[in-house]
Order: sequence, then C-alpha cells, then structure tokens
Amino acid sequence: MQKVYSDATSALAGLVKDGMTIMCGGFGLCGIPEALIEALKESGAKNLTVVSNNAGVDGIGLGRLLETKQIAKMISSYVGENKLFAQQYLSGELQLEFNPQGTLAERIRAGGAGIPAFFTKTGVGTLIAEGKEVRAFDGEEYVMERGIVADISLVHAWKGDTEGNLIYRKTARNFNPMMATAGKVTIVEVENLVEPGQLDPDAIITPGVFVQRIVHVPNATKHIEQRTTRKRETA
Amino acid sequence: MAWTRDQMAARAAQELRDGFYVNLGIGIPTLVSNFIPPGMKVSLQSENGMLGMGPFPYEGEEDPDLINAGKQTITELPTTSYFSSADSFAMIRGGHIDLSILGAMQVAENGDLANWMIPGKMVKGMGGAMDLVAGVKKVVVVMDHVAKAKDGTIEKKLLRRCTLPLTGARVVDMVISDMAVFTIDKHGLGDMKLIELAPGVTLEDVRANTEAHFEVALAKAA
Repeated sequence: MQKVYSDATSALAGLVKDGMTIMCGGFGLCGIPEALIEALKESGAKNLTVVSNNAGVDGIGLGRLLETKQIAKMISSYVGENKLFAQQYLSGELQLEFNPQGTLAERIRAGGAGIPAFFTKTGVGTLIAEGKEVRAFDGEEYVMERGIVADISLVHAWKGDTEGNLIYRKTARNFNPMMATAGKVTIVEVENLVEPGQLDPDAIITPGVFVQRIVHVPNATKHIEQRTTRKRETA
Repeated sequence: MAWTRDQMAARAAQELRDGFYVNLGIGIPTLVSNFIPPGMKVSLQSENGMLGMGPFPYEGEEDPDLINAGKQTITELPTTSYFSSADSFAMIRGGHIDLSILGAMQVAENGDLANWMIPGKMVKGMGGAMDLVAGVKKVVVVMDHVAKAKDGTIEKKLLRRCTLPLTGARVVDMVISDMAVFTIDKHGLGDMKLIELAPGVTLEDVRANTEAHFEVALAKAA
C-alpha cells in the first residue's frame, strides 16, 4: 500500500465530506499543516467541526476557512489573535467549545489511545465542569472529560519516511503527535520525505501505523506571529 | 508611589527558589525572567512544549519553529527539551512544575481566579491557564490592583467573590499588585493576609481600592 501522495489536494481527495470532524495540528501558526488546510479549503467541504488549539490568524491557516464560512464549530483553547473568529462567534455564526489546553491535549491523546473518558482536576468549580460528572478521588474533586477522535487529522511534521514514521522539529511538535493518533484517517505533510532506513528508529516520535497518507511539502512557508529579538552585545 | 511593572516582576522573582521549574504567563509575568537572581538555577517551562527556555534570539536568528506560549520567538539552551502538548500538560497537571506566575482580571479572597473571559465581550479563551492553576504547586498572580477604564472609572479586582467566570476555584496562593502583596490560604484556613505595601502606599490606600476582606500582617512598617 502506497502512503505517499503527489500533493495536498490529491492527499485529501475522496475523503472530505460536509459535516466532518477535522483535527488540525499546530500552536498559533507554529507547526500548522498549512498546505493541507489550503487543500481542505479548496475541497469546498462545509459545516465542519475543527479541533485545533487555535484558529489561525486572519488570512492564515484556519483563518482562511473562517473567511469561506466552511467551519461551523471550533473546539479550541485560545482564539485571541483572530478578529474574524471573535466576530463570527459573537454574532452567533460560529459555535465554539472552549477546552482548557491540557484537557484538549489529553482528550485527543485519550481518543487516539482508545480511552473514552478520564478524570482531571482542571476546570473543577468553573463553567467547564457544568453538566459533567464530578467525582472525588482521594479527597480531591475531578471532572470527567471525554476522549475525542476525528474523521480526519491533518498533521505537520519536519521529517517523515514513506512508511509514515515521523519526527517533529522544536516547538512545532505541539498537538501534532496526539492528533496523528486520533484521526480515523491521518494525513501528514512533511518538510522532508526520506526512504525507510534513513530515520533513526530511536528518534521517531510518531510510528507509521498512525499515518495513512503523506505528502511532501518542501520549502513550506512558515509564519512568525510575534517577532521578538534582543540586541547583540557590543564587544 | 506604587510599583512599576518591572518592580512587580522583581517582587515576584523573590518567590523563585534554586532548582525550580517555573511557568510564566504573558505580560508582566514574562518580565520575571529578567530578575532571576545570579547563581540561582531556574528552568522555564513553556506549555506549548518546551522546558529550558532561552532568551529572545538575535535579530536575523528567529526560528518560526521555536516559540513560547505567547507566540514570541525564543531560543534554546543546552538544557532544553521539547515535547508534545500532552506531555507538557502531564508536567503541569501532574504537579511537576513548582511555580506558575500569571495575570488576572479578578481574584477573590478565597483564592478564586478569573482571567479568561468577559461574557458577551471578550472571547480569547483560557489557553493553558485552567490546567496551570489546577496543577502547579504554587500559583502567584501579578496584576494591577484596580482596572482603570478609558472613561476614568475604576473597577476593583481583589474581591470578596469573583463576578467573572472562574479560571479556577481556590487556586491562588499569592497576589502581587502595584500596591501591595497578599497571601491566601487556598484551603480556607484563615483570611487573606496583606503582607507588604509598595513604597508610598498606605494601608488606607489599599483598603480604599480593595473589596476583599483581609487581615493586616505587615512584617514591619514599610
């Protein structure tokens, strides 16, 4: 079985349908599968539920799917940098389910690991716990959260081989490894595509079993949201 | 009169201890890294998946794959490790991080914290704040003592009970404002205590700007 597809559009072909739940890796604009997001936009699929820590920024990443109103619901922890998002949410066009960031990460990890629910102390006594089971363990209260899976997970990795073994780079890892495990179909864009045997098996973060489709995106555009620097000390 | 942003950060830095693993929030808390005492080893955790955060990069050396939780470009150190968001919050929720310093919109005298939304107005989201306050061993809030609106009206932020949706219930151990420092016993044993005044700030000033009940426990006259 061949996992490698020639481009992002063909990697999504025949999979995307209206109303699907899509997971999308990245933190801010760091480690987002931008070519796959663009292909998702081109697919024209509507009424999507998107699970992603953020919703891109205006005009970049998932922000592009907000422009075309293809997203009906977001499950996210933080959307602060996206004006269109706030506007669509406050006007009632877009549904939003806020999850604490660690709860979101764990829900995805659990979903991919076949765990339907777990208890966490995050959010006890807040709006997040409303309508959820709260149970005491060893004298402390915990709220039950559900594992989640997606119809499709879109992932960005630094290096991958044709088997789908993946290595991420620096903080571009973030949500990508959990999402790779939680998609019924996981599609990965890799900056560097290599042959089996060229990755150190000890360094592989995501084993290929979690990956169904791979596309090579060399020279991916990368964005910086907050360019912060320091002055060079003068000798 | 009153502390500046840098002075508040410097005061917060007095809560650091050698060997601590620390998570700093956005804004004034980020400045705390400038006041780590020389010779003290403190490792900064960034919840997007990094332990051992270095300073901002030199111009031209920014790496889009290397950012902190505020999406700012940063650098790595010889001690740095990278990990997934799930591992990052295992550290946080699992009680492996010693200190979290973060901002707030409101804090109540029982340790309740609100800093993630204003219903109908602001929808930024909680990010990692709910997990941090639930899981980190010690939680220090650094904030302005009151909120000043554009029309000049003042809203108190240290309250008997928070009016905004909570980030966490009974989670705050210490509040450092521009006027004073308070400690809170989040297990409800004893009242919130005023332990320090900023130079030039009087007890009357603090009382006038604070709704929360507090006990005065100043070490000495400032």
